Amino acid sequence: MAQSMLVRALDSDVYYSFKRSPLIIVAAAVTLICILGAVLAPILAPHNPFDLASLNLLDAFTAPAWTEAGKARYLLGTDDQGRDVLSTIMYGARMSLLVGFLATMLAMLLGVSLGLIAGYVGGKVDAFIMRIADIQLSFPAILIALLIDGVARVVLPKDQHDTLALYVLVIAIAGSGWVRYARTVRGSTLVERNKEYVQAARVIGRSKIAIMFTHVLPNVLGPVLVLGTLHIGEAIITEATLSFLGVGVPPTQPSLGTLIRIGNDFLFSGEWWITVFPGTALVVLVLAINLLGDWLRDALNPKLR
Amino acid sequence: MLAFVIRRLLQSVLVMLAVAFIAFSLFNFVGDPVSLMLPPEATQQDREEVRKTLGLDQPFYVQFKVFIVNALQGNFGISLRLGRPVSALLAERLPATLELAFAAALIGLFIGIPMGVYTALKRDSWISRVLLTASLIGVSLPNFLIGIFLILIFAVWLGWLPSFGRGDVTQLAFWSTGLLTITGLKALVLPSITLSFYPVTLIMRLVRSEMMEVLRTDYIKFARARGLTNRSVHFGHALRNTLVPVITITGLQLGGVIAFAIVTETVFQWPGMGLLFIQAVQFADIPVMAAYLCLIGFIFVVINLIVDMLYFVVDPRLRVERPGGGGH
Repeated sequence: MAQSMLVRALDSDVYYSFKRSPLIIVAAAVTLICILGAVLAPILAPHNPFDLASLNLLDAFTAPAWTEAGKARYLLGTDDQGRDVLSTIMYGARMSLLVGFLATMLAMLLGVSLGLIAGYVGGKVDAFIMRIADIQLSFPAILIALLIDGVARVVLPKDQHDTLALYVLVIAIAGSGWVRYARTVRGSTLVERNKEYVQAARVIGRSKIAIMFTHVLPNVLGPVLVLGTLHIGEAIITEATLSFLGVGVPPTQPSLGTLIRIGNDFLFSGEWWITVFPGTALVVLVLAINLLGDWLRDALNPKLR
Repeated sequence: MLAFVIRRLLQSVLVMLAVAFIAFSLFNFVGDPVSLMLPPEATQQDREEVRKTLGLDQPFYVQFKVFIVNALQGNFGISLRLGRPVSALLAERLPATLELAFAAALIGLFIGIPMGVYTALKRDSWISRVLLTASLIGVSLPNFLIGIFLILIFAVWLGWLPSFGRGDVTQLAFWSTGLLTITGLKALVLPSITLSFYPVTLIMRLVRSEMMEVLRTDYIKFARARGLTNRSVHFGHALRNTLVPVITITGLQLGGVIAFAIVTETVFQWPGMGLLFIQAVQFADIPVMAAYLCLIGFIFVVINLIVDMLYFVVDPRLRVERPGGGGH
């Protein structure tokens, strides 16, 4: 079974177009390396940047290893607290990927459900949901995310901010990105709801919810997955931006955005590596994911073949 | 025409009411205004009194009406962090943000359109390929990173341009401008380039795809058949017809640029509204957040409205009454 699936996968058009494009192979490899490096950070990272006992303030502001002032122990140098930059990047990428992934999943869940309901139920419910979507779409996502984040900061007690920051961030980013899914799913649901299999399900007396989520849902999910791949890169950028603005994850569990924010303070005193390396890591990660998403969209679109 | 204008106006008013409602709920329910204004040792009687003077004992819709009337008069209360009227703070910061946003939009048009035309006409040249790839990378780059890299190169390493603040400003009545001094103009360069990155790539891609579409049409073929010069065909016929969507998108982007200025202003410590807003979010300064939200909402609605009207003027097909009024 597993083998036949592998054979099928190797024989597919998607794999063929994958094999044909060196750029995509590189992008996939880079994405894989980033994910592995992030997930296995506790094992692979040369130092544990959060183990206060292992930090040595005398090592603070060490330049990268290949420069004159560098030390071989710290390949990419150290930051203001003597933390190894390479290790913080690996742990930071972990945070960035986690938030990006969770936010995309939540946005998808929210958008798909609302889109299904709008498309299937129709009428006033549909008008209401799509009206909100329209209004939200006329404002930039970063503004919506900032607003949700800001409200959460006011509502939650101050001492809880740091522990809940991760969830607040996920909700803020998801809340700013659900509209695309809702619109797509609503569109395809409007088509699907009049097909025979839905009518058949209705005739045998299945409930609306059951029809929506077990019959219609699988048939409208295709484009959603592609949108999701493209959304992850954007969610990572939004997270980095919010953390850079100082309203994201706290410095005790930094993401790539937080690291760039920390390093930004030392730009003028010449310690460029504290910002530049996390920044480069962020760009490479997002670029690789975006290239993959772009390619997947084209590869799965039969019209483009 | 009149029906269209009225419908759009009504829609805009609805959106503004929705935005005002969010700001109002933020103001009245999220942060408790009474405890925000009183010292912690205040008695129950004091609290009741403040509630009365603030009108918090009134029914909900009366409060909302009062909020809207106040907002229309520009009265958003006092900033919790700075202890000054919010409207004065915003009015002080508005010129900085608008100058930055307009500079960025202008750069977007003046660089984006020629790049778009070039990549559409010389589709296979290597410069076009480089520009297109660069625009893809530009979209993947977070805006604040572009700013940081520009600071690193032009302010730290080369030392050519300042990296924070607005330089010297001149006060013209209520408008403080940085455009009249050398330091002010120098300070504007890096932030406006950073902010223009996204509009440039967007306008370039838009002009390119529209131009390629138009160049395939019959009237272009006919213009060529008439023996018109390439220059006249490309710029007199093709470019002019691509400009309608470009106007729309650029107009719509202007709102986005003003909102995105939050990030750029933070990177460059540019004393605009965005920086004020970010500090308000960090300190949970609700009056400033509410006022900024209303102002940005208003700017967005007005821009959307103007763009729709412009569209109406530029594209005669929209002026024909649609039978049955399908769509929206």
